[in-house]
Amino acid sequence: MRVRVLIFLLMLPLGAAAQGFAGLGTDADGFAVPERGQALAFPRDHGAHPAYRIEWWYVTATLTGADGRDYGIQWTLFRSALAPYELDGWQSPQLWMGHAALTTPDRHFVAERLARGGIGQAGVSADPFEAWIDDWRMAGPGFNMLDLQARGAEFAYDLSLTAQGPLVQHGDRGYSVKSQDGQASYYYSQPNFAVTGTLTLPTGPVALTGNAWLDREWSSQPLSADQNGWDWFSLSFDDGTRLMAFRLRGGRGDFTSGTWIGADGSATPLPDGLIEVVPLDLTGVAGREVPTRWRLTLPDKALSVEIEALNPQAWMATSFPYWEGPVRVTGSHDGKGYLEMTGYD
Amino acid sequence: MRRAAIACLWSHWARHPLQLLTLLAGLALATGLWSAVQAINAEARSSYAEASAQLGTGQFDELRAASGPIPLARYVALRRAGWQLAAVLEGRMPLPGGSVEVMGVDLLAYPALPAVEETSDINGITPADALLAPGLLIARPETARRLRAQVGLPPVTRSQNLPAGVVLTDIGTAEILLNRSAEVSRLLILPDQPAGLAPLADLAPDLMVVPAEGRSELARLTDSFHLNLTAFGLLSFTVGLFIVHGMVGLSFEQRRGMIRTLRALGLPLRDLTWLMLGELLLFALIGGTVGLALGYVVAAALLPDVAATLRGLYGAPVDGDLALQPSWVALGLMMAVAGVFAASAQALWRLSRVPILQVQGQYAWSAQGMPVLAQAGIGALMIGAGFLALAVFDGLVAGFVMLGGLLMGAALLLPPLLTLALRIGSGFSRGPLGAWVWADMRAQLPGLSLALMALLLALAANIGVGTMVSSFRLTFTGWLDQRLASELYVTARDDAQGTEIARWLHSRADAVLPIRSTEVQISDQTVFLYGIVDHPTYRDNWPLIAATPQVWDMVAEGRGALINEQMARRMDLWPGDTVTLLPGWSLPVVGVYSDYGNPTGQAMTALPALLQRVPDLPNTRFGIRVDPAEAGDLRSELADTFALPPQALVPQAAIKASSLAIFEKTFVVTGALNVLTLGVAGFAILTSLLTLWAHRLPQLAPVWALGVRRDTLARLEVLRSVALAVMTAILALPLGLVLAWALLAIINVEAFGWRLPMHLFPLQWLILLLLAVVTAGLAALLPARRMHHLPPSDLLQVFANAR
Repeated sequence: MRVRVLIFLLMLPLGAAAQGFAGLGTDADGFAVPERGQALAFPRDHGAHPAYRIEWWYVTATLTGADGRDYGIQWTLFRSALAPYELDGWQSPQLWMGHAALTTPDRHFVAERLARGGIGQAGVSADPFEAWIDDWRMAGPGFNMLDLQARGAEFAYDLSLTAQGPLVQHGDRGYSVKSQDGQASYYYSQPNFAVTGTLTLPTGPVALTGNAWLDREWSSQPLSADQNGWDWFSLSFDDGTRLMAFRLRGGRGDFTSGTWIGADGSATPLPDGLIEVVPLDLTGVAGREVPTRWRLTLPDKALSVEIEALNPQAWMATSFPYWEGPVRVTGSHDGKGYLEMTGYD
Repeated sequence: MRRAAIACLWSHWARHPLQLLTLLAGLALATGLWSAVQAINAEARSSYAEASAQLGTGQFDELRAASGPIPLARYVALRRAGWQLAAVLEGRMPLPGGSVEVMGVDLLAYPALPAVEETSDINGITPADALLAPGLLIARPETARRLRAQVGLPPVTRSQNLPAGVVLTDIGTAEILLNRSAEVSRLLILPDQPAGLAPLADLAPDLMVVPAEGRSELARLTDSFHLNLTAFGLLSFTVGLFIVHGMVGLSFEQRRGMIRTLRALGLPLRDLTWLMLGELLLFALIGGTVGLALGYVVAAALLPDVAATLRGLYGAPVDGDLALQPSWVALGLMMAVAGVFAASAQALWRLSRVPILQVQGQYAWSAQGMPVLAQAGIGALMIGAGFLALAVFDGLVAGFVMLGGLLMGAALLLPPLLTLALRIGSGFSRGPLGAWVWADMRAQLPGLSLALMALLLALAANIGVGTMVSSFRLTFTGWLDQRLASELYVTARDDAQGTEIARWLHSRADAVLPIRSTEVQISDQTVFLYGIVDHPTYRDNWPLIAATPQVWDMVAEGRGALINEQMARRMDLWPGDTVTLLPGWSLPVVGVYSDYGNPTGQAMTALPALLQRVPDLPNTRFGIRVDPAEAGDLRSELADTFALPPQALVPQAAIKASSLAIFEKTFVVTGALNVLTLGVAGFAILTSLLTLWAHRLPQLAPVWALGVRRDTLARLEVLRSVALAVMTAILALPLGLVLAWALLAIINVEAFGWRLPMHLFPLQWLILLLLAVVTAGLAALLPARRMHHLPPSDLLQVFANAR
């Protein structure tokens, strides 16, 4: 029932015509637009940018439990602005949406939260850093040491994140181009958090350790009108190198981009066309076919790997449904990572 | 044979079309009145259910503050503790022609509402429209029209999926419209909560959880009102059945010869019974269908007033439009069929006993079923049982059981009492003609008794209800004068303006009485707690119905509380008891005041004492005491100085007028049913007299033969009928007064929560008596006319027939 209202609330303002996934391809009337060469500044840019239409704080973690099993968690806070400013109280045009998920090899738990800015129910402050919606929270003295909490009807997690390397700015010093037309977003990551903590399942608590990846992105029109979905990979290889790669699917063909991250945290942007991703297997998920096994090749780095979902049924049945879950990587490089796929209707 | 029998049975109706018409009319009246009431009730109930579904109320538990609104910060704190809640801010917004209820919901959290979905799906409204200033109002087309007529309101979109008089909007828009920022009226507890939450009792001990099922205050309040209507519908139905009974009895009686012949010709009794049953069923369906149509018309005519009453009295959202519901049709027809068979049971039973070869007896049909004494005993027993039910059980239903027992018992007692009266009366008769008239009345009584019972019930109901309504009107107008003592009532835009207005008025008015209240929860019920200043206006005028000595001193010092009658009765709190107004603040009840027309509980104490506990009490409403001659000037001066809209300045007279209008509408239905019931009773007398007519000739012919002229006989015919009606009316008076007492002291207390003093209105009784005389006279007129025009040959023939 509520989902329809949410679509009413979040989908329609961004254009009645189904342009792109979640309306991300609309015009940016009145909203600020990312500009190339604008240097990011921290800790300021860890906080919210109300003048931009959309923004997110996106954490995924691949984890191993004390029981030896693999787990994955997602913690995301989205900001969606109806107008490019912030006001106090209920008058605020800033809407917030939280998604939390916990994936095991055979279960996938999802929870969603919605809130309005202005009243204190959700928001982000840069210094000291805190991002929250209801009782879900990511906070710490700085961006290097974060506590991460969320819970749903059947699951909860409480994790400590400690950065192991520097922030990584994607594209041109954080200016990440998203289409042939030049649509772009500001995009940086902390791809290397060491994680400890516990998660609570219906069967009881599990202690675990692992690795987390935090993405920060904000923009006002990151997609072209004809782009209707993406496949996004964040992979951590056993040799300490990392890869962020995405493919944006559009009417005029695919647009691929990514960042190669060295073991020391150094970033190499990968412009359109260098990365090739090919779906290998489709799985029936929530009434549609979603590719859950992929081949990804990056000849520049002699990379050719097969990527397979830990749990192919990691469907996010939220207001905007999408697929997001942990993956295993095998081939020229072994490792773990996260896969997000949108626009498979 | 069967076909011949059918033709035979039908030929009776073909020869007596008036009889058929009367039978069907009686049935239609009975079904019609009953169905009208049912249609009104069903419509009102479905309106409540629809409103609840349209607003999502009544499905979820809620959090409410012990007093007043919940600060927004509390909501956010509970959210940040993990609780999934939806905030609602409600309040009334004044508009010309009556205020509307603004329901502001957090559109992001509130469960999906049909109106919102309709708005987005059909009208293509975007959330930016709804969530960004100036916002968006959603209302029914009628309400939307009124909103659009106002300048300065946000854009309005129409939706059929909302109750009348409700404006749905985002909470951000509502806080501006209602001028109540950073507060929330109530919090819905949403169904999906995360695991491991801290209990609400720990997080928010000052907020109370009101369970969804415990919140049906509207249903509880209006149930009584609907039960009231149902009782009247049932009364009309019963009275209508008297007509059916009379007509069926008459037709069976007149067909005795035919029945005997059919039986003698070899038609088995079983076949005959089935045929007769089929005939009755057909009549029931025809009469029932006509009745349903009639009921629909009556209901449609009465519904707007009922809707106005329910809205005015309870704030219940009821439409003035009537929708036809299939269950209503089925139920109405069922009632008609059941009624016909109940009314014909006696006749059918007699049919099975018709001796084939025996000659018709003189009192064959109207023979007494029950010895007079036994009937009197049963009647007394029923009255006793009714009062016993009231003594043992509480509540509205017990009240109606008592009334039912009283009315039925009294009806049963009527023939024995009339017999007694006639016996005594015959002692005073002079001359043979007088003796004959008295004796003839006694002989007529068994056949007329059912019709007279109907008249008794109708008259008693009229006296009872009339006394109640008039007592209420008298009390109510007096009470309004006391209660609305201030000459002018003003509502400021906000607290700041309120303070300014009070300061401005200080030198211009005799007194400025702040009207400041907060909503509190006492025993799970919403009560409005008022803080008042000490002023002679209260001391001199306030309508106390129970009080301790020095009541006003106690209130002025904040050492006692006054409560309204509704609250006193519902919670059984009276002077001497203690009431907990807020957690940790209890005061002795020092007085109870009458508070008609208000469905909710109310309490009052000293303003300073209340402000100590609830510092942020709104300060926007005032009663102004001023020389009545200057009230008009002061009003326009106030309006000019503070740019107040007309609805913010209400003179005393306007409030009185609107209160009285609501009151009048409350009893329109009762009055209408009352008149119809009396009409039905008159009709019953007519049918009974027509029934008896067949037997009258053998009794009248000898008197005529002795030299009494036909016109004298016709006059005596009318006189007898009127005399019986007068006797019935006299007996109806005490019954009606007991009924009035029961309505005032029992039914009203249960239905509305207040008890009214009973006043007597002898002039009304006189009018009713006249009405009864006219009714009975008119009913006797038709048989009397027949008598008058009867050819002497017919009278002579009586002697020719072998008897």
